Amino acid sequence: MMRDVASILPLAADALAFDAGGGRLIDGIELRVDKGDCLALIGPNGAGKTLLLRLLHGLLPASGGRVAWANGSGAVGGRRQHAMVFQSPVMLRRSAVGNVSHALRAAGHGRAEARRRALAALERFGLAELAPRPARVLSGGERQRLAIARAAALEPELLFLDEPSSALDPGATRQVEAMLADLHGGGMTLVFATHDLGQARRLATRVGFLNRGRLVETGPAADILQSPGHDETRAFIAGDLAW
Amino acid sequence: MTDSAFAAALDLILGADPAFLGIVAVSLRVTLSAVLIAALIGLPLGTLLAMYRFPGRSVLIVAVNALMGLPPVVAGLLVYLALSRAGPLGGLGLLFTPAAMIVAQTLLVLPIVVALSRQVVEELWLEYRDHLTSLGRTGWGAVPTLLYDGRYALATALLAGFGRAMAEVGAVLIVGGNIAGHTRTMTTAIALETSRGDLALALGLGMVLLLLTLVANALAFGVARIGRQYAG
Repeated sequence: MMRDVASILPLAADALAFDAGGGRLIDGIELRVDKGDCLALIGPNGAGKTLLLRLLHGLLPASGGRVAWANGSGAVGGRRQHAMVFQSPVMLRRSAVGNVSHALRAAGHGRAEARRRALAALERFGLAELAPRPARVLSGGERQRLAIARAAALEPELLFLDEPSSALDPGATRQVEAMLADLHGGGMTLVFATHDLGQARRLATRVGFLNRGRLVETGPAADILQSPGHDETRAFIAGDLAW
Repeated sequence: MTDSAFAAALDLILGADPAFLGIVAVSLRVTLSAVLIAALIGLPLGTLLAMYRFPGRSVLIVAVNALMGLPPVVAGLLVYLALSRAGPLGGLGLLFTPAAMIVAQTLLVLPIVVALSRQVVEELWLEYRDHLTSLGRTGWGAVPTLLYDGRYALATALLAGFGRAMAEVGAVLIVGGNIAGHTRTMTTAIALETSRGDLALALGLGMVLLLLTLVANALAFGVARIGRQYAG
């Protein structure tokens, strides 16, 4: 199937802004995400990483500017073309496989097809033995991997991830990063927020530095992480950013 | 005296006395119908209250919560006034029929179903909102997921409603009239037979009533336990 014909990428944010509580929390974001990117959004807590992801995914309406998808649609709802994994993933009160097939059913697949694809997704990421277990009693690492498998099962062109391993131990973090590398290797475009510079270094092809709601700079991962162009970025990477 | 009444009560139960079984059947039919109707009206209503913000919502929630404590005799009185010959619905001729009793008990069960389902669905919606929105399941599209994932808690709410309706005497006595073989339920029969001195029948019905209450509570307990397995 010629998927590129209806590709939602590149994604472009144009003068994107978001206001809440009388303050401007996201301001003048210009951002482009191309097919095949693995973009890490780095920045201190409260920089607006989560808000930016939610705006791009369409969970929040922008206060100014716009989010433009290449095929003119891409809005949340209907057939899924982009998906999101939240910082603390929502686990439905069902089995692990039930969680995945629920998402597939929401994306329009029939019951049998949804179950088949759900089991295949669990199998692909080595989660097959968790399939019948209630999702909410899984460990933190298992829940996070299930959430990623659930989103990946939808076969989105672009996957947003908010701090995919912020609450995990090193072993679980490695497993999550292996999943993301696998997805990116398979052609999926990824945009993830992280405050872990090592993770950005290990996974990202591009890095964007966010501070106080503004995108300070974006560029190839090696450039930004090794020789940032802005003082703010340099300070954050050196670990002495004052805010 | 009480000993022989107790033995006679057991005879009634074990001997499957037709009049006795008839009373139990009326009770079950009226209460189960009321719970069914209250569920059909109350679950969507509770879901609506959980998911939508509108002016007066808080007042409505407080009112529904308060109505959970509506005294059965008051519910009976209201239905009586509505259905009596001079009342607005008097023309239907429903007073002193099982239908009138179902209406009165529905009035008692409905606030329980609405209030508890509102609480259950609202908690789930707050937790699931981001995920379901991301999947494109918003508004009414989210309802099947919320009701399904709240199924154990909602079943418990229905069992609570069943318990309340099964045990009440005031409402069914006022609008049903305790007519033998027609509108006589276990509770109204116990009240009547005790005052008449037929303790055997009263005691037998009391035992069945206790047993049913026990079964309803055991079910509620079991359902909640299964639910916890998935709720984590």
